[in-house]
Parts: sequence; C-alpha cells; structure tokens
Amino acid sequence: MALDQAKREFRQVGTRPNRPDGVDKVTGRAQYGADMTAPGMLTGAILRSPHAHARIVSIDTSAAEAIAGVRAVVTGVDFTPQEDNFLRDVQENCMARDKALYDGHAVAAVAATSPAIAKAALKAIKVVYEVLPHVTDVDAAVKPGAPIVQAGRALENVPAGMSENVTNACEFGHGDLDAGFAKADLVIERSFKTAATHQGYIEPHACLASFTADGKADLWCCTQGQFFVRTLCSAIIGMEASQLRVTPSEIGGGFGGKTTVFIEPVALALSKKSGRPVKIVMTRDEVFKATGPTVSSSMDVRIGMTKDGRITAGEANLRYSGGAFPCGTCDMGAQAAFAAYDVEAVRTYGWNALTNRPKEAAYRAPGAPQAIYAVESVVDELCQKLGLDPLAVRLKNAAHKGTLSSYGPTFNEIGLEATLEAAKAHPHYTAPLGPNQGRGLSCGFWFNFGGNTCVSLNINTDGTVGVTEGNPDIGGSRASISLMAAEELGIPYENIRTIVADTNSLGYNDVTDGSRVTFSVGLATIKAARDAIAKMKARAARFWGIDEEAVDWVDGAAVPAGPNAGKFPPLTLAEIAATSPQTGGPIAGHYEVNVDGAGVSFGVHLVDVEVDPETGATKVLRYTVFQDAGKAVHPDYVEGQMQGGAVQGIGWALNEEYIYGADGRLQNPGFLDYRIPVASDLPNIETVILEIPNPGHPYGVRGVGETPIVPPLAAIANAVSRAAGVRLTELPMSPPRILKALKG
Amino acid sequence: MRYMTAQSASAAAMALAEEPGKSRVLAGGTDLLVQMKAGNLTVDLVVDIKHIPGIRDIVPEAGGFRIGAAVANAELREHAGVCQQWPGVIEAAGLIGSTQVQGRSTIAGNLCNGSPAADSVPALVAADAVVRVAGPDGTHDVPVLDIPAGPGKTTLNKAQIVTSILLPARPARSGDAYLRFIPRTEMDIAVASAAVNLTLDATGTVTAARVALGAVAPKVVLVEAAAKAIIGTKLEDAALSALAQACEAACNPIDDKRGTIAFRTSTAGVLARRAAKIAYDRAQGSANAGASK
Repeated sequence: MALDQAKREFRQVGTRPNRPDGVDKVTGRAQYGADMTAPGMLTGAILRSPHAHARIVSIDTSAAEAIAGVRAVVTGVDFTPQEDNFLRDVQENCMARDKALYDGHAVAAVAATSPAIAKAALKAIKVVYEVLPHVTDVDAAVKPGAPIVQAGRALENVPAGMSENVTNACEFGHGDLDAGFAKADLVIERSFKTAATHQGYIEPHACLASFTADGKADLWCCTQGQFFVRTLCSAIIGMEASQLRVTPSEIGGGFGGKTTVFIEPVALALSKKSGRPVKIVMTRDEVFKATGPTVSSSMDVRIGMTKDGRITAGEANLRYSGGAFPCGTCDMGAQAAFAAYDVEAVRTYGWNALTNRPKEAAYRAPGAPQAIYAVESVVDELCQKLGLDPLAVRLKNAAHKGTLSSYGPTFNEIGLEATLEAAKAHPHYTAPLGPNQGRGLSCGFWFNFGGNTCVSLNINTDGTVGVTEGNPDIGGSRASISLMAAEELGIPYENIRTIVADTNSLGYNDVTDGSRVTFSVGLATIKAARDAIAKMKARAARFWGIDEEAVDWVDGAAVPAGPNAGKFPPLTLAEIAATSPQTGGPIAGHYEVNVDGAGVSFGVHLVDVEVDPETGATKVLRYTVFQDAGKAVHPDYVEGQMQGGAVQGIGWALNEEYIYGADGRLQNPGFLDYRIPVASDLPNIETVILEIPNPGHPYGVRGVGETPIVPPLAAIANAVSRAAGVRLTELPMSPPRILKALKG
Repeated sequence: MRYMTAQSASAAAMALAEEPGKSRVLAGGTDLLVQMKAGNLTVDLVVDIKHIPGIRDIVPEAGGFRIGAAVANAELREHAGVCQQWPGVIEAAGLIGSTQVQGRSTIAGNLCNGSPAADSVPALVAADAVVRVAGPDGTHDVPVLDIPAGPGKTTLNKAQIVTSILLPARPARSGDAYLRFIPRTEMDIAVASAAVNLTLDATGTVTAARVALGAVAPKVVLVEAAAKAIIGTKLEDAALSALAQACEAACNPIDDKRGTIAFRTSTAGVLARRAAKIAYDRAQGSANAGASK
C-alpha cells in the first residue's frame, strides 16, 4: 500500500480531538473485564502450586465437590489433550497436567455460588506434590546438572551438548568478525544481566464465560485480541470457532501481556461443566505469579571501534529465559541488537533456556530492550574511553536507507539519522550538568508489524458514519481511526463512531500487537472509506446521469470531475446517505488485507540523572524522547506512547524486578515490592515527534507503540554510569546495587 | 467474625479479655483490613475504638500534647501546635501510606502494628513519647520504646489497648527530624530510617539528644551511643561521623527483597547524619523564632 504523496496537506489527521472513550473512562462508566455480569453467574477461582517445580502425584477434589454451592471443579484432565506444541504449552500454562512448573501454576479450579464458597472449596482440594529441584536463574539453568524443567523441548537448531533446558537458538549477521575486530583501536567486551519485569497493567485479567446447553459459548474478557482468544479457547475446549463468540471489554492496560489466555479456557471449562455463566477475576498476586512477565536475560557483548568512532565489528550472545515453556523472544532480541548501526561485521546469537518461572508473554518490543541495553552500554563505554561525543558516534555509524541491516533486510526510508540530528539540536543535549549528575543516550529500534486486518465502514442515513474494527483499543486507536475516516470522507470527526467488534462481526483481525493498529487498521479504514466513497460517487453519477469516472470526491461531497462532466451542485455525504434507501440501499465500505510495509521505527532517548553517592539513589532529572512516527495521526497519543515507554523503562532500569527466593517462590507479587514508578518519581517526559513518512502507508504512518520502551534501559544505564563514575551492568540499578558499585 | 463498637476503653478491654478466639483492635484499619482482605489474617472479634469519647482529640497537656489513639494522621498534620513543637514526628506520621491512607491511619495504629519499619515509631522514640495503655486493670503509662517487641509483635497483652500518646513538653532550642530511605519517592516502606531529637544551649552546643533507627533491627533501636557522639558538639564533621558510626554499629538488619544488610547499615548512618543536621537547624530556628517574639 503506497504512500499517497510525500507532502500531503491534512485537515484532521494531526489534530488532537478528545478520545471517544474518554468520558466513559473518567466517569467510571466504561466496562472493563470484571464489570461483566450475567444472571445465575458463578464465581470461578483457581488453586495454584505453592512449589516452583513439583510432580503432581494426585488431586482429590471430592471434599470440594461436596461443599454446598460448589457447582464445578476442573483439573488438567478436563482439558482436551493438544497435539500441537504451541497449543499444548498455552493450555498447560492455564492448567498444569503432570507437573507444576512454577510458583503460582494453576492446578485446579472451582466454580461456586459465592466468592467465600469458592475460597473454601480451593482449601478443600487435596493435591499431593512430589517436590522437584528447581531453577529460576537463566545462567544456572544452562549449567550441567541443572534441574530439567521440561525434557525434549529443544528445537533442531540447538547445538548438541547444550543443557536440555535450552530450547531455541538463533544467529543473525554478516561480514568477517575477526577482520572487523582487527581494524578496531579499542575492543570492549562486557556481560550484562536484566531482571524479568512485568507489564504492570492496572487492570487484572478478568473474564465471563457462558456455555449453553446446545454447545454454544460466549466469552467476554479483557484482551488485546479477541480473535486469537477464540482460536486458542476453541482449540483448548474442543469446539468450532463459529460456536464461540468472544467480545473484548475495555482494557486497563496490556502492553503485550494480554495477547494470550490465562483464565479464559478455565472459565469456559467451568461454565461447560456447571451449565452456568462463570466469572474469573485474577487478584494482583495471581497477575504477578501466573501471567506473563518479560524474559530475564544474561548477555555478552563485544564491540570494536576506531579512534575516530567508527564501529568495526560487533558481536552479541544473548541468553534469555521465557520461563517454563519454550519462547522465541531471543530471536527478536538478536535481530534488534545492532539494528541502529551500519556495521561491516556483525553477529548475534540468541538462546532461550527454560526456568521455573511463569511463561513469558509479550511486553512492548519483546526482547529488544534487553539486547539494545547491552549493545548501547558498550557503545557508550567505548565513547567514554576514546573521548568521543556519544551522539556524534551514533550519527557516524547510523543505519540509513540502503544499509544492510544486522538482521538481514536492507533498510528503506528510515528516520534514525533525522532523529539523532533532532537530539543533537535540542537544548537538552548541551544543557549543563551539576555534580553527581550524568547524561545518557541510547538509540532504539523496533520492526513493527502489519498483519491480518478487516474493517467495515457504514454510512448512516443521517450522514454519520460507524466504523467497525476488530482490535481492542489500548492506546487511543479509536480516536486515530476516526480521524483517518474523517480525513478520507471529508466529514467532521464528531460524526464518526468507531467501535471494537466481537469475533462474529468481522473477519479475523490479528492481535493488537506489533504497534500495528494505527498503521494497519488505519490503512484498512482509509481503504474502506475509499470503497464507500466509490459507492457514493456511483450513486451521484446515476443521479446526475453521468459516468462514475466523471465524479470526484471533494470535502465530503461528490462533485463533477471537471467542466466536461456537467454542471451539478455538489452532493454531500449526508445527502447521498439520506436518499440511499431509494438509490440502491445501504452504503458500506469494507476492506480486508494482510498488511505489509509496516516500516521500522527508530527512537533516541536522552536522560539526565543524579546519583546520591551516599545511598545509591537515582533521581531522573530530565528526559527527552525523539521518535519517528511517520505521520502522527493523533499527536497526544503518539506522545503518550513515547512518555509511557520512557516511564516503563525508568521502572525497569531502576527498580522493577521479579525477585525469587531460594525456595523458588516469587518474593514480591504486589505493587508494594514490585516497584513501578509513581508520579512523583518522574520528571515531565519531553517529546519530539519526527515525521519521516512510511512509504508503506497512504498517510505515511508508522507504528509508535513499542519503540519507546527500547532505549530507556540503556539511556538510563549510561546516565547512571556516567554520574556514578562506574559502569553498571545489571538491571535493575536499585540503590543497593549502585551503592555496592560505588564502593567498589 | 464479630464486630464491636466500643463506647469506652474499659468496655473495649473487657470485650477483648473475654474473647476466647483471635481478636484485633480497629482504629484506622489501614493495616488490619489489608491483612484480612489478603487472607493473611482471620479474626473472631474486631473492636472498633474510634467511638470512645476523647479518643479522636488532641489535647495540650503539661506543655506537650496528648494525641488520641484514633486521631487520623491527616488531622494530626493539621494541628498547628504539634507541627510547631514536633516537626519530626509530623513528617514521620505524614509518610505513612498515601493521601487516602492518611485520612484513616493513626500513629497509635502504626505503633501497635509492630512493624520494624513503621515510620512514626522512631520519631516517637526520639521524642520520648509516653503511651497510655488501658486494660481490664485500669490505665498506665509506658515509654513508647517499651511497646514494640519484634516484627508484628508488641508487649501489650490481648486485653490492652492504646488510648493516647503523649508528646512531652520540650525545652527551648529543641528540634527533631525524621528521614527514611525508600527506592521510590512515596508509596513505599522504609528500607532504613532515622529520627533525631536534640536540644541546644545558647552557644549552639548540643546538650541533649535522642537518636532512633527504624527498619534495621527486629524493632526500633534507640542508639544511646549515637546521642553521646553529638552531645557536647556543634555537629562538626567528626561528631557527625561518630554519630553515623554509632548508628551503623547499632544495626542488626535482615537481608531481604527491600535491601541488603550492608545497604541498610550504611544508609542508617547516612540518614542519621542528615536528620541530625535538619534537627539542629530546626533547633536553631526555634531559638531564633523565640528571640524574634
């Protein structure tokens, strides 16, 4: 889908109207996952393993079933065995079968007439465990003799002789590494670790499942992808997709963590067994223990540089753990690691190792923040040791149009150099620093995604328009989609209502992920609007008695294409709509596509911090985000993505971590000791949007949702390392860790 | 579970004494209800003390202030007299929980919850506050230092309730301060904390001091050696170093998810040093404020 024209004048795209869901959300009217109710509804609750790793010897549910008010109990045997590895992993993550693989792994579930009865029923279930040795650290998991989390899960490309916990391996790059390193004046090699972090969405997972006696089911849930939920749940429950309708609720944050299922198949199984609607709402404790945080990592990076700042070679070894199930996130980390650089010789290797932790779920740009943290830390240290300006070095080595990227493709139009130039020109970059303060810089990159997309656009007889799309709105996408429809149709934004439909209303839409929605759904909306416009032009042509080709669409009205077409006053959308019942019936536009050309996105983050030399506490003083948005459709929500990514990155860099005890149990499953930043921890996050049009979108839009979380880890680590005078190589850079480094 | 609204301290004490099962006292409930809702605590009797006459009052007494056990921290922080006399206690009380929690939480509850990391307790210990305890045998007064017994434990028996806390009168040229370390800027629990209360003579020399540490031992620590280190000084660098060293020596912390032993120990010293300087400045300020009147 090509860009319409490089320099287009927009009337509505680029403005900042109120979001359509805003009033409902600030008045408490919006319906989130836990707000759904149904007559006769039961409370579902899940029993979870207290052990990090244990064989389930037996589960006796008879006492629970005997409690008055308990209507159903399910365990792993109640779910259809899956042949496909991927589906089996999803299913066994929702309900363990033979082994409990992590602290919090579901082993049984009940549905009862009240929460108190459900709780009593969980206590009455007797599970006999044979506790097994466990491993929660990625480095420990690959050592000889480590407990094997799951046997026989290694893919063919994993080299022989590695631990059985290693499930995937990958390699990317080009050029002669030895020759590259030989050209360097300085080579630095460092090892890094990052802790697993959680997306930290405020809304816990919640769903309501209702199975009818004739085998149909409805599922309401908070999710980033109702169609994928249908795919997974229908397979796990063993029913046809057409018999399961999934309706997404409003969503209180997802960040990738709601792209799969955790409780939905369990609620369906309980509803099927009890014959009653069943609601499950996770507690915060359950969210931390049993949903998907991001990977933990251990990485080695080696980079060579000449005295004048040219990167001659780069190599990275990334060891990720996505918990107790195989996970391909290391592939994305290995691809992203050196993407910002035009390097002759580059190689990245990735491995995934199983550990007794919850199954990883996507978290904004999965795998990239870790890898780029390691690479950008070494680049920064090279700049320090060689006495070079870190921004000049990035500019000197920046990937650009025509660069053979470190992961294979050759880049088309990309905005990295322009983004770096914007950072260089910004007053932040040259502002003076005080004692114990440091400035950090990092580039970031994300691929972005297009994917399966289907949109309907209905012209109402009163001249308003309804847009029906299939992607839950996690970042203001309904506003952006309405703006694009308004732009294309030439009617006011206020005359358009965009809704997110259930799985029966549209063809398959991929999950809200990969920063794809404003790009892909926007593209499909534009094309659906053009489809509707073509139909409206045809109605006008027939009314005027001229050819369809002789009609143009200008400012929301059909007009004769030129003097030769005839002299008729414009027919507005409202006029055509009002007469549509007499001119051929309803008018609607549709578009279905598997979108390509998402267009990669680069960002640059600049941050100033102050480190208290006596306590190791870090204060973030100033933060500026520069990012190429292609075209910012609704700049508020582009800025919101940029600020939100920076804030989540600040949390990840400084305090957030999954802390496991020696017993393999999660020590901090709550917001008290899992420390996401609070408002008073943060400066205003300044934003600078660049607009280098994406050639793959009619308006030039690029996805912006994920790139903002990629640079903060490195930018903050570089700032802290410069402020502290010592290189920090492990995240989070919590005060005890910084103080220890300061004391040598 | 039974819920009782006590109309007098003796009625509360009697009910608690007669309860054969597990009982708890409810003032603000900001710890109790959280524990109950999390499923960590099930109780047979909850006695709400908020309706006992006078228990929500702050009353001047003998040059100091008697603070009722059910006075919410938000109310305490609006009391001009207490704010002027005990700014360190006020800043400690103000750190408990969020704005919403401040509207319910009390310093008496903070004390009786028994947390080694309770924010108001080191400040109350440094202030040498006196706790009034009511039980079936009547009331008696106990130094605040004698109430905590260990994590989650106090020296009170099951029938005893705290009815008020007395912040004593203090000499001219006195000041107090409380500092805690948390990895964030709010909504957190002290990793280490320090309270310093001191009095100066006319030349600015410290004549009396009390230094208390929180979150570095099973219960609040009154560090007499730290007080000695600054008495007779004007908080010169050497005195502050000695203060910090004495504090570090008094630490007996745990290694846990919130901080390491080494970090808690060194941070306690840093905080004590910084709090002492703030208390010193306040003492000088109170002298100046007095002189200008």
